[in-house]
Amino acid sequence: MDATYTALAHFAQTGGLLYFMAIFAGVVLYACWPSNGERFNDASQIPLREDD
Amino acid sequence: MYQGRGNLPPIELRSGSPIWTNLFTLYGANIMGERKVRYLSLEEGGYTVLLLVAAIFCLIIAGKTWDQVLAFHTALIALASLAGIFFIFRRYFDGNNNPAPLEINGKPNYNMGPVKFATWASVFWGIAGFSVGVIIASQLAFPALNFDLPWTNFGRLRPLHTSAVIFAFGGNVLIATSFYVVQRTCQARLMGAISPWFVVLGYNLFIVVAGTGYLLGVTQSKEYAEPEWYADLLLTIVWVAYLLTFLGPIWRRKEAHIYVANWFYLAFIVTIAVLHLFNNAAIPVSIYSTKSYIVWGGVQDAMVQWWYGHNAVGFFLTAGFLAIMYYFIPKRAERPVYSYRLSIVHFWALIFLYIWAGPHHLHYTSLPQWAGTLGMTFSIILWMPSWGGMINGLMTLSGAWDKLRTDPVLRMMVVSVAFYGMATFEGPLMSIRAVNGLSHYTDWTIGHVHAGALGWVGYISFGALYCLVPWLYNKSLYSLRLVNWHFWVSTLGIVFYICSMWVSGIMQGLMWRAYDSLGFLEYSFIETVDAMYPFYVMRAFGGLLFLAGALVMVYNLVMTVRAGEAVESEGAGQAALTPAE
Repeated sequence: MDATYTALAHFAQTGGLLYFMAIFAGVVLYACWPSNGERFNDASQIPLREDD
Repeated sequence: MYQGRGNLPPIELRSGSPIWTNLFTLYGANIMGERKVRYLSLEEGGYTVLLLVAAIFCLIIAGKTWDQVLAFHTALIALASLAGIFFIFRRYFDGNNNPAPLEINGKPNYNMGPVKFATWASVFWGIAGFSVGVIIASQLAFPALNFDLPWTNFGRLRPLHTSAVIFAFGGNVLIATSFYVVQRTCQARLMGAISPWFVVLGYNLFIVVAGTGYLLGVTQSKEYAEPEWYADLLLTIVWVAYLLTFLGPIWRRKEAHIYVANWFYLAFIVTIAVLHLFNNAAIPVSIYSTKSYIVWGGVQDAMVQWWYGHNAVGFFLTAGFLAIMYYFIPKRAERPVYSYRLSIVHFWALIFLYIWAGPHHLHYTSLPQWAGTLGMTFSIILWMPSWGGMINGLMTLSGAWDKLRTDPVLRMMVVSVAFYGMATFEGPLMSIRAVNGLSHYTDWTIGHVHAGALGWVGYISFGALYCLVPWLYNKSLYSLRLVNWHFWVSTLGIVFYICSMWVSGIMQGLMWRAYDSLGFLEYSFIETVDAMYPFYVMRAFGGLLFLAGALVMVYNLVMTVRAGEAVESEGAGQAALTPAE
């Protein structure tokens, strides 16, 4: 029981850390990727141009 | 032959055949070569069956139950279901059930009827919820106001207040704005003709069932999840319809990109569905009883409850209203959001972190310490996305700060974002175990919640309503001066509220832990209650000011529709273009 718990906790701690860091890195890369810039600028105009 | 009231040709019923052979026919089908003028659509038929099954099921329960409250509630739901069937068929026989055109003259034909309904429902429930808040705040200061009646005591009115402001007021604001924003940012009409109405009416029926249940003593005793199993079931069905109706415009959107506000709305709808299902995994004692028991007990139940409870804050009161921020502030300020890139990071960071923060509600309980530490850690990391989002909202005004002076509606929304920043600073602080040891179970928590609820949720909602009503009716807002009054009266109310609760809460926490030189507790519990009296009075006064401000808003919004100047569709700044229904 104890060994299982320790193993699981270890896996959750290291795995969880890597999982979250990877997702965060992915999100930041996606958001900051230079070629996405134009699309995002365009998207930010959506609420303002809808009446046209 | 039935002569419809509409302009369309009359329905030709085949003589001698029962009416339903004509009804459940799909669009475009011909029966035996006869030209059919109108058919009941799959949507109408589907909802008819759903409502019929619900009505029959509820009538059986109403007839057989020994529980008077359940009899009342099931009869109410049955009545509402039958009324729904009646309206579907009246529409059908009147010949109004042709599918609305998706576009008129190349412009999307938005469906704003349900948006209008939810808007006014939110106004109504807002006043109801704030009023009950003032009453229960006064009850704490003057216990005689409990009137020694079961229906009016604090214990029953308190969940009525929280549900009325969070789910009835806030929920209707979210439904109204989400249906408005998703249609306009996708340039597409809501899917279906019955579904949007089913969502708004069904949701408000749930509110009535839940609220009257509290007054009559029916509760699961889980904070923010008080409604019993049958009301939960009703909400589940409505919520599925909500998700599908919301997804419709995204499905057939004309914009390539899904605007960030819709991401937040979607996170709100999906996560609330999951939370609701888990936290209400209860089995009724009998289907003829209002009482149910959760499938897991003890600390597991507590953990799930606060996983739910904190994410009700995170996804209902935060993600949903952040969607409002990301649409209404840029729209009102007439400038795009400060950084769209930041909004993407904000979104993903917020939803991935919030879901873990719940255990901080259970410090110093039988919940394992590591779980509490986990919740606390994630709460502190939440500072980042929360403040990232706040900065994004505030900086949208960069270069247009003068609008804060000239436009009280925008000022209201910007101050709401400032309150958001304040509340999300205070929250992580209070989640730290040592701080929580002082703050938990005291009025500090109540003050913290109301900084977020009155300041953030309330003000962003008021700002959205001040935008939405003029846009929906193509009128200009009746009076900006009254908005100014609303703003200052309410702000003063909030200041009274949160300051008195800070003082009262910290005093209460310190009195509870004060020891004398012999190691005995220095104060009896009743002494701490007695010491809080002046702060309770101040809080009730603050709440009264907040209610007064909201009443000014109601007058302003009603006058906008009745007496506001009509606005040309284009060119008048805030005007919205909505082709006639």
